[in-house]
Order: sequence, then C-alpha cells, then structure tokens
Amino acid sequence: MNTLDQVEDAYKRDNIPDFGPGDTVRVNVRVVEGGRERIQVFEGNVIARDGGGLREMFTVRKVSFGVGVERIFPVHAPIIASIEVVRRGKVRRAKLYYLRDRVGQRASRIKEKRDSQARATSRQSPDTD
Amino acid sequence: MKAILGEKLGMTQIFDDQSQAVPVTVIKAGPCRVVQIKRPESDGYAAIQIAYREMPERRANKPTAGHFKRAGLPPHRHLVEVRVDDADAYELGQEIGIADVLAKGGRADVAGVSRGKGFEGVIKRHNFAGQGASHGAHRVHRAPGSIGACATPSRVFKGMKLPGRMGGEKTTILNLEVVEVDAKRGLLMLRGAVPGAKGAVVLVREAVKAVG
Repeated sequence: MNTLDQVEDAYKRDNIPDFGPGDTVRVNVRVVEGGRERIQVFEGNVIARDGGGLREMFTVRKVSFGVGVERIFPVHAPIIASIEVVRRGKVRRAKLYYLRDRVGQRASRIKEKRDSQARATSRQSPDTD
Repeated sequence: MKAILGEKLGMTQIFDDQSQAVPVTVIKAGPCRVVQIKRPESDGYAAIQIAYREMPERRANKPTAGHFKRAGLPPHRHLVEVRVDDADAYELGQEIGIADVLAKGGRADVAGVSRGKGFEGVIKRHNFAGQGASHGAHRVHRAPGSIGACATPSRVFKGMKLPGRMGGEKTTILNLEVVEVDAKRGLLMLRGAVPGAKGAVVLVREAVKAVG
C-alpha cells in the first residue's frame, strides 16, 4: 500500500454499508439551515458508483412526482449522516443509465436479489421536504 | 526563510469542517540535514545548505563525499542552499523536519521542475486562440498566424511566441494553504497543485510574500 492510500485511509468513513448499483438506499443527508442542522432523506436506486479511494462517488436516482431526480454523493463525505440499504437489486451492469430512458413503472423496478436479507419497504417513501 | 526538500506523492481530496472537498497535494517532506553553514564573516551572507535523500558512499564522487564528510554525514542526492537570518541557529549535521518549517494553517511556496510536455504548438504553449474551423481556413486551424511585418524589419523579433519545448522548467507556486502537517510521518498536505510529476523532488518553503 503506498503512502497516498494510507493518507486517504485516515479520512475514510468506516460505517459505509456494502452497496452497489441496483440497490435501493436511503441516504440521510445533513442539512444546515439557519444555523440549525437537520437530516434530509434521499431514497432511490443506486445507478452508479464512480471513482475510488476517498474520491469515490455514487449516484442515486428516484422518480419524484413523475420527474426523475438524481443526486451524486461522495461516499466518504461527512455531509452524509448515514446510508441505509433498503433493498438489494439484481442487475447485470455497473452503470444503470438505461433507467433514465424508461417511463412509468419500468423506470424504477429492479428485480430483487434472491439471497437478499435486506428488508423490502415501500419504494414511494415520502420525501421529508 | 525556512525551507525543506521533499517528494511529491500525488494529489487527493479531503473534507473540511463544512464537509467541503479540499483538493490537496501530499508531499513527503524531509528529513533534511544541514551540510554547510555560510556566515556573513566568511561568505558575505548567511545561509544553510541542506541535503535530502541519502545515497550509498560508493555512489558519491570524491568531491561530493568530501563535502559531506566535513559535516560528518553520509552523502545525499540533493543539495540546496537556503538563505537564513541567523546562521548561528543551525549546526552542522542538524536534522530538519517538516515541523521545523511549516505549521498547519500557514502558507507555503513550492518550487519544482514542471512536467515536460515536449514540443508543443502555440495554442497549448502560449494560449493562442488558434484560427477558424471553417470560413475557408485550410490547414491553419492551430497555426500561430502572422509573426511580423515584411521588408521592415525583415526579421522575426527575438522572444516571439512560437512553438517549442514546453514544461520541464523550474516553476514556483506561491501562497499555498497548509492543510495538514504530519510530523511523525513527515507528510505535508497543501491546498492545490504543485509543479512536477509524482515522485518529483520539490522545495517547500515558508511563503515569502504571504499577506496578513
């Protein structure tokens, strides 16, 4: 392991669950408004993980009121309070950009992994906003 | 002026208190050793000569080996002279670590040899705008255009910006913010980029033009 990786390790979070493209995750984001901090939830499908090390990012996509919304988070950013894996998805590629072109039910339906132990909850969980 | 030699390890990013990503260059700085002390009485000015990266005795030629022997040190690969206010504050053979030079929150300058880009045209080398992609342009899209008048002066002025070798020259970046100093591992994190490739030897010094 080279020194640069060691340097990065010191800043990495250790409470990141194992998740990947196809999984449905609930990202609890810290939002500071007027000096007060609260948690905002963003739940959707992980459609990509990019980069490596401390610079790794992941993209979460959800369809909100018929409009596709994507947020890109750094995996190790302190702005993320926690990440919960809601459902494991069975997918055959690393980047699920094809979901952007889909309409209706097909837009967010991903087959569940058979051996998954993650609990399945409603996909249309309301946004806290 | 306080300075130290080090090796550029590469760039990464870390997150600050506001959860903002800060681009940082990680440098393995030092340890350096004082090889020679120049005093106003004997040399006309005060300076120290510091050395970085030991090398085997058999690799040093006789003059180099002798120079280090005077300081009671094994030969090193890199030597650099640093002006100081008070040469008496240093002694021969003294080790200089990163903590002796910089502290977290301060400002630093970094000098190194920039990455060699080879023979480059004027667009990349001198930020020329280039010429039109269309409107009848033929094989001149990245050409410099006119480089002067005709019979008067009937020559090209010296210093005209033309294609040529780019990079591979000494470059100094001023006033980089010191994000982190790890004295134990001799690591230094500076906000922003520094000259040179990974593994290149760079000189890190206290910012000489720091404001405020």
